[in-house]
Amino acid sequence: MSTRITNNTDKKAEPSSTDEFIKGLWRENPVFVQVLGMCPVLAVSNTAQNALAMGLATAFVLLMSNILVASLRNFIPKQVRIASFILIIATFVTIVDYAIQAISVDLHKNLGAFISLIVVNCLILSRAEAFASKNTIGKSIMDALGMGVGFVLALFCLGAVRELLGNGSLFDVAIFPESFQEWIIMILPAGGFFTLALWLIVFNYFKVKKAKG
Amino acid sequence: MNTESYWSIFINASLVNNFVLAYFLGICPFLGVSGKMETATKMGGAVTFVMLISSICAYGIHALLVAIDAPFLQLISYIVVIASTVQLVEMFIKKMSPTLFRALGIFLPLITTNCAILGLALFQTNKAYSLSQSLVYALGAGIGFTLALILMAGIREQLEFAEVPDVVKGTALTLLVAGILSLTFMGFSGLGS
Repeated sequence: MSTRITNNTDKKAEPSSTDEFIKGLWRENPVFVQVLGMCPVLAVSNTAQNALAMGLATAFVLLMSNILVASLRNFIPKQVRIASFILIIATFVTIVDYAIQAISVDLHKNLGAFISLIVVNCLILSRAEAFASKNTIGKSIMDALGMGVGFVLALFCLGAVRELLGNGSLFDVAIFPESFQEWIIMILPAGGFFTLALWLIVFNYFKVKKAKG
Repeated sequence: MNTESYWSIFINASLVNNFVLAYFLGICPFLGVSGKMETATKMGGAVTFVMLISSICAYGIHALLVAIDAPFLQLISYIVVIASTVQLVEMFIKKMSPTLFRALGIFLPLITTNCAILGLALFQTNKAYSLSQSLVYALGAGIGFTLALILMAGIREQLEFAEVPDVVKGTALTLLVAGILSLTFMGFSGLGS
């Protein structure tokens, strides 16, 4: 019993690694709450598969760069830190780009230049700067996993809605009967803006409700 | 070599495939600094300027990388060279014309890591544009970006006085407006081809 109590107080003083993981899923969700890394979110979320692939690629780069930044944090001079972070991120993005090309040429064609554009995803740089450069490797891994899963989830939420309404299918499997009239607009760029806006409204609704008690 | 005419490249980059509203590039500054007309105009000018510079850089780097047969260095060298060139240009402007420097202000360093800049460099390489074609492409993309930003800022200034439900306030509202703008720009498709 007594150990349990000390554990609890420890948790209050410093967030546990589970907490670092959980925060990325909901409380600090990179897309819905922090509104970071919007470009890929909107651009490749026209089908659930594209969205998932993009999310996983970003999560991988996020995890690897967080690990490397955290392990090098005491060696990188403060003045050139941003440049070094970008170099580290660009290296992993190049790896992912070539890996996806090797796995599936079709997927690579669908995602196009947006894989390369993971480099300038503000989410990854902001995690490197705000978290990994100040915390231990273990914590940075948990943070990257949480944020990564949160990002994948958000992308999937968008992609699933857009594919379902715009194509009547999910992962290329038809869900609605033949008679379903597709909402072409959902696959088009405008649909991306609208779907994200609706998801943000849903999140805001819960936030406002909670604030009111 | 790509044989597209300059006019068609320009119309395509600025209106039909607008970087913000059709490619979703540069959404962060689009959402961030489109609150006021004045900042939006300055930001647009700065982005167009950086796009022209990075377009020249990207053309040079690509030629060099093809010559030494190292395409896998493309991404890394693009981002590093573009970032450092912008830094140099910033120092140069500060020395030569403090007025212009003040006008561009904080935006110049910020937009270096804007995805529209890197996206432009990657697209022009993919499309195998010549140097002059690349410059027209960069100019078109920059003007398209400025246009989207100014339109957005104009609408948002009006929305300040509108009564909006609590849940829609903030980013959600901006995104809804962006969606409608994007729909409007779809009307340009087929133009200039």
